[in-house]
Amino acid sequence: MCLVEGQLTSMRISLGRTAAALGVVGLFLFSGPSLTIAADGPVAAPPTSSIEQALTKVTSEDESVREAAIRLLIEQGDASLVLRLEEIRAKADRSIRQAIKPLMDLLKNRAKLTSPHTDVRRSAAADLGSAGNPSAISWLDAARANEPNKWVRYTMEESAALLKLASDDPSITAAAADKLGELGSQNGVPALKQLVAAGDGAEATESQKTVAKAAGAAIDRIETWGVWSDAIETFFRGISLSSILLIMSLGLAIVFGLMGVINMAHGELMMIGAYATFVTQQCFTAWFSSDVFDWYFPAALPVSFFVAAVFGWVLEATVIRFLYGRPLETMLATWGVSLILMQAARVYFGDLTAVIAPGPLRGGAQVMVGVYLPYNRMFIIALSIICVLGIYYTLFRSNLGLRVRAVTQNRNMSACLGIPTRKVDSYTFAFGSGLAGIAGWALTMVGNVDPGLGQNYIVDAFMVVVTGGVGKLAGTIVASLGIGGLNKLIEPSFGAVYGKVFILVMVILFLQWRPSGLFAMKGRDVD
Amino acid sequence: MSDGTMDTNRSGGLAFWVVGSILLVAMPLLNLLPPEDSWLHLSDFSLNRFGKFLAFAILALGLDLIWGYTGILSLGQGVFFGLGAYCMGMHMMLTIGKESVYGSDLPDFMVWNQVKELPFFWKPFYSFPAAIIGAVLVPMLFALVFGFFAFRSRIKGVYFAIITQALALAAWLVFNRNDTNLGGTNGLTDFKQVLGYRLSDASTQRGLYILTVLCLGGAYLLCRWIIRSRAGRVLIAVRDSEKRVVFSGYTPANYKLFAFVVAAALAGLAGMLYAPQVGIITPAQIGVLPSLEMVIWVAVGGRGSLAGAVLGAVSVNYGRSVLTNYFPGLWPFILGGLFVLVVLLFPDGLVGMIRKGKNLLNQPNAGERKAAVSEGKR
Repeated sequence: MCLVEGQLTSMRISLGRTAAALGVVGLFLFSGPSLTIAADGPVAAPPTSSIEQALTKVTSEDESVREAAIRLLIEQGDASLVLRLEEIRAKADRSIRQAIKPLMDLLKNRAKLTSPHTDVRRSAAADLGSAGNPSAISWLDAARANEPNKWVRYTMEESAALLKLASDDPSITAAAADKLGELGSQNGVPALKQLVAAGDGAEATESQKTVAKAAGAAIDRIETWGVWSDAIETFFRGISLSSILLIMSLGLAIVFGLMGVINMAHGELMMIGAYATFVTQQCFTAWFSSDVFDWYFPAALPVSFFVAAVFGWVLEATVIRFLYGRPLETMLATWGVSLILMQAARVYFGDLTAVIAPGPLRGGAQVMVGVYLPYNRMFIIALSIICVLGIYYTLFRSNLGLRVRAVTQNRNMSACLGIPTRKVDSYTFAFGSGLAGIAGWALTMVGNVDPGLGQNYIVDAFMVVVTGGVGKLAGTIVASLGIGGLNKLIEPSFGAVYGKVFILVMVILFLQWRPSGLFAMKGRDVD
Repeated sequence: MSDGTMDTNRSGGLAFWVVGSILLVAMPLLNLLPPEDSWLHLSDFSLNRFGKFLAFAILALGLDLIWGYTGILSLGQGVFFGLGAYCMGMHMMLTIGKESVYGSDLPDFMVWNQVKELPFFWKPFYSFPAAIIGAVLVPMLFALVFGFFAFRSRIKGVYFAIITQALALAAWLVFNRNDTNLGGTNGLTDFKQVLGYRLSDASTQRGLYILTVLCLGGAYLLCRWIIRSRAGRVLIAVRDSEKRVVFSGYTPANYKLFAFVVAAALAGLAGMLYAPQVGIITPAQIGVLPSLEMVIWVAVGGRGSLAGAVLGAVSVNYGRSVLTNYFPGLWPFILGGLFVLVVLLFPDGLVGMIRKGKNLLNQPNAGERKAAVSEGKR
């Protein structure tokens, strides 16, 4: 007890020193808190004599004494010691600080194993596995018994097996290797490879060889599993990119089909949608309480649609309507508009603005070992499906859609039959621009909002439209699936840059076979 | 739209010789003779800058041939320009030799990237004639292959524009890579000499300027000869109605390919002259945006008129060079505004405006009638 007493005195002295340094006023202010700490101190850590002794020995100069103390603290201590250790660490010199650090981490992680948050429990389990202290095995096993979440249980099992791998007993090691193989654990591969290497050595013992054999078998299993999980993830990434391309290309393709116009400012209309989302977010942070912050995202959907639609409507009314029948000139003029919009955004918003993802879209779901699907990507896939359904409904079940299809097929005949083609053009262009706004809204979930947002994907979107052909929704869908999927499929082997080049070559070759895209219009009116 | 006959009249021929002699003789003399503080004096910097614009004008001639006369919008001319410039740049990189920062025979960026041996495709560029020929031939071959596949499958109009834009994007990505051994993002720079003449000397730059003027004159005459020939008439016919050309028994694809390859050769020539005058070539000059800017040169000057292409390239670049100096943030607005305004209000560009003004001055009534006719045609 006298040791504790001494420590407390020294603590009071150190506080006193600080106070003295702060001046006389400081002394008055600080004397209160320092007394309360002194009173609370002994209560916070229940005094067990062996632990207290170990705590003092931790700072010992003698390395063996220190290690013994640390071992004892690991076995008997708990998270309440962390605060005490912090204090000791603050005063100790560098080598002791380094020795105490892993001890503190272990204790902290052990406490986190019972945290209410799933992610915290899981990362604590993973940390314990990589820390390599065998006493964590029993903690992990104990925690696993009461663990409700499947993936946290998985990580605990994996970490325990990783720790057992370092065991001296060859039978335990072999069993652990088996277990890792069964779990398909990528984290275990480096350790397993070491075991295999140890077994291959010339002076390897018989037991090392058996362990190596088990480890080798486990690596094979893990790698087979890895191939499958990679394939699934690649597939998912391909679908995700495809749906981004699809949302972007839909508006572009409808306008192209109807008016034969490629709107080079489509990417900037997307950018406008993204900035509309950003502004909505800023409004929510400024005007509403943080409880309803997540609602900014659904609120931004109509905002971005309408803002982009209005921009598109104005663009059609001021520029594009004067260029009918001159598609190349329209491209140039809309490109000019895109330059102006981009620079305006750069001047007004600056270069770096980001939208914070709403709570439900953060993180992701683990569906299998090694397969992790982010929620924002899943959201985009779902959105693209909804968009396709919505457009299908608009085009094939509504009055406007009927007119749009009629004008797309034969403009002059439609005009003769009394369809106001100018109005149809104008509404359709606004609708296509609104779709670009929705694409921008969705893209805020996967990247920053910056003036170059539209440029990143726009050439790919043009390729989708060209490959898909005009006048058919199916063409756009198939083309974006094809280009997006192919892109992600060849990216691992070619790299992103050569992948793009490869896709360009593929598109050119494809157009040899189908010069006006997948689903070309047929008939006499097609030029 | 002009029908390409404007350059056939005699005043066009006279203007060619007047402008040519001003560029070829008067400008270098103004640089050489007057003392430096005289208001007549043309500084070395100005002459060099003007040489750069004239190199761009060569490219614009080619682009006018393919877009203005044949009606094919290529948004990938920057790629051919870049191929020419890189061929020349590679030769000049190799002639740096031991003068480089690291004193190695290899170009500096290869030393950074720890490339031990010169890649095989660099080796021919030790020779000056190979570099010159390559600067024109490589873009031509590339255009031949690309154009063959594109025109054979009747990719045209908007489709062709988008495909060439994708080409520009792909080329930009590839040239930006370090593993293609073309200098990556920094490109090729730090050139010292060409054929033993120091590039830092004013006299070398003057020589390059004169060479550029001569090449521009040659390119102009070549283009004029092409559009006056029978093939040129077919090109114009393809622009106005490709179907009728097919029905008349011609194969438009061959003519289009020819124009496309000539345009690529001129772009390569422009790149070859650009690299030693500016002293650097990077992927930033060959991407999507620069390629589109080249189109706007021709649009501003007046497409379907060779003089317009030259005028447009020089005036837009001069405007850019002045404006980016004083208002750097404003240039994208002006460029974008130019795109919109020229397309909407002045489809025949500066040349069209000059012609209209001339008509109005000479015969007020005839001018109006002519304008009305051209409106009706559209």
